[in-house]
Amino acid sequence: MSTGTPNAPTPPDVDERTSGGAVPDPTAPGTPAPAATAGQLAARLREGFMSSGSLWIFLALILIIVVFSIMKPSAFLGSYNIKSIFIDASVFMTLSVGMTFVIITAGIDLSVGSVLVFSGVIALKVMWALAGGATASTNAGWGVILVGIAAGLAVGAGWGALNGVLIARLDIPPLIVTLGSFGAALGLADVLTGGVDLSGVPNDFANTIGAGSVGPIPVLVLIAGVVTIVLGLVLHLTRFGRYTYAIGSNDEAARRAGINVRRHLIKIYALAGLLSGLGGVMSLAYFTTTTISGHETDNLTAIAAVVIGGTSLFGGVGSMAGTVVGVFIPVVLASGLVIVGVQSFWQQVMIGVILVAAVYFDQLRRRARLRQ
Amino acid sequence: MSATELTPILEARDVVKTYGHVNALEGANFTVYPGEVVALIGDNGAGKSTLTKVISGVIRPDSGELLFDGHPVQIGSPGAAQHLGIETVYQDLALAPDLDGAANVYMGRELLKPGILGKLGVLDKRAMKAGAEKSFVDLGVAVKDADAAVAYLSGGQRQGVAVARAASWASRVIIMDEPTAALGVVQTANVLDVIRRVRDSGVAVVLISHNMPDVLKVADRIEVLRLGRRVAVFQRDEATLENLVGAMTGALSQEGAR
Repeated sequence: MSTGTPNAPTPPDVDERTSGGAVPDPTAPGTPAPAATAGQLAARLREGFMSSGSLWIFLALILIIVVFSIMKPSAFLGSYNIKSIFIDASVFMTLSVGMTFVIITAGIDLSVGSVLVFSGVIALKVMWALAGGATASTNAGWGVILVGIAAGLAVGAGWGALNGVLIARLDIPPLIVTLGSFGAALGLADVLTGGVDLSGVPNDFANTIGAGSVGPIPVLVLIAGVVTIVLGLVLHLTRFGRYTYAIGSNDEAARRAGINVRRHLIKIYALAGLLSGLGGVMSLAYFTTTTISGHETDNLTAIAAVVIGGTSLFGGVGSMAGTVVGVFIPVVLASGLVIVGVQSFWQQVMIGVILVAAVYFDQLRRRARLRQ
Repeated sequence: MSATELTPILEARDVVKTYGHVNALEGANFTVYPGEVVALIGDNGAGKSTLTKVISGVIRPDSGELLFDGHPVQIGSPGAAQHLGIETVYQDLALAPDLDGAANVYMGRELLKPGILGKLGVLDKRAMKAGAEKSFVDLGVAVKDADAAVAYLSGGQRQGVAVARAASWASRVIIMDEPTAALGVVQTANVLDVIRRVRDSGVAVVLISHNMPDVLKVADRIEVLRLGRRVAVFQRDEATLENLVGAMTGALSQEGAR
């Protein structure tokens, strides 16, 4: 099915009727496509912003940055502040990348924050078990740490895959499946910990991943950056990404076109779970504790970021660049408001307004389309 | 054309499909010969859509047999039908409205870049765009902008995208379900031209339509369904509006049509 020849499955007993004639041969221009130039890439990026209607939100972010920069240039643009903005955004960004894929399929994942917590708890519990207790765990070596990380990622991916199976195979709406997971994963984390945050995070783990830097770039930011770029490329340039859009745009059409919709949806939710697991590992390393009660609104924050970034809740439309902007707007606002001495509660008010505006713009776009 | 002496490309025998208490197909037969346009007609509820979906792998029949090139086959999924070289233009077109024309033509069969990038699943968007535009030109469907999301195209252009997709991939049979239902006079004439062009390229065309004048214009053979069964078969020169309508409504019955 993935071969480049459109008329490939011709039976052996084919005669001259099927060759030639007016049946078009889409592969005819057989010239190998040259690598995209920087100009094309820029055009593609611009197209990504324009097509998803997220250009205005990009300008809003620029405006916010400019305003704070004028008001408090030294504090806001200081390297310390810029670094903390990026660090604050890193876990949030990781979750939002997965959420972008999910929402483009016209789905939703309310469980990301709870799966993050659960994965962090499992990762730490595994480290404890291998090191021989909470105290010994603090000085555990990289072998223990890596197995713990792998366990956290695997649990996250597994939980996501479970969400996907319930949604795609049993046809339970994503809102309900992930609402169930939202409660269940957090509940299980509480059961495993007795509701008390665990400590005993290995020092090497915390110092390298949580607080370490590669050159000027904090490791957390590096991880989030690589995840965002790689999965942004996957979304926009690969068949996996194309299927994601096709399913979100018209899942029945995708099915009739021969796309295995169920399998793809399971992969999408597993990916979101994997990124939640990664978020759990990052959060564990950064805070050196499990932060059980700190992620109850992560789901809504991530959904808001993705939607502000121009991804449509109706599916089929969205971009990773938009999500990046949608993630940075609240983080930059929070940072800037504190610096200029405004109560940071205003950030929530502003995000609420921007979110509603973003969905209004999406509705305008859809209505314009219906008029065609 | 002495179609009846050939082995049918596709044959449905005694196909039964029930939905609860509704018997959509009660032992329906249907035959497609190589290189012909065969019209499948019938009143509402005669089972045309259900039979189409059985052939295109969207639904599975309760019983009955499908023969392809004279051999029994199972068409358990749209992918299986595609694998046999059978493509369908659905009445609802089955397009992804947010994707552009090229993406829709290649949906599910995307071209990948050569080499390592292709192995990583990277799409060859340029080749797909060129291929889709060539299909549009070859079929004479005017799709203004291959980069525009299909939702922004007119009804006729959307139809063109759906037909181009099916025609690009169909090597044996192309099924068109009410392809002219939503179209104006000029666009309808275009679609009928496309049907002839596809037939002349050696791909058999199954035309499902309510529009008797259209059917009489392009069909080489006409099979009539009534209440889930085939009730009449006409060659082009025997078919008149009166006997088609007669067969559809049950006023006329033909010995041995089943």
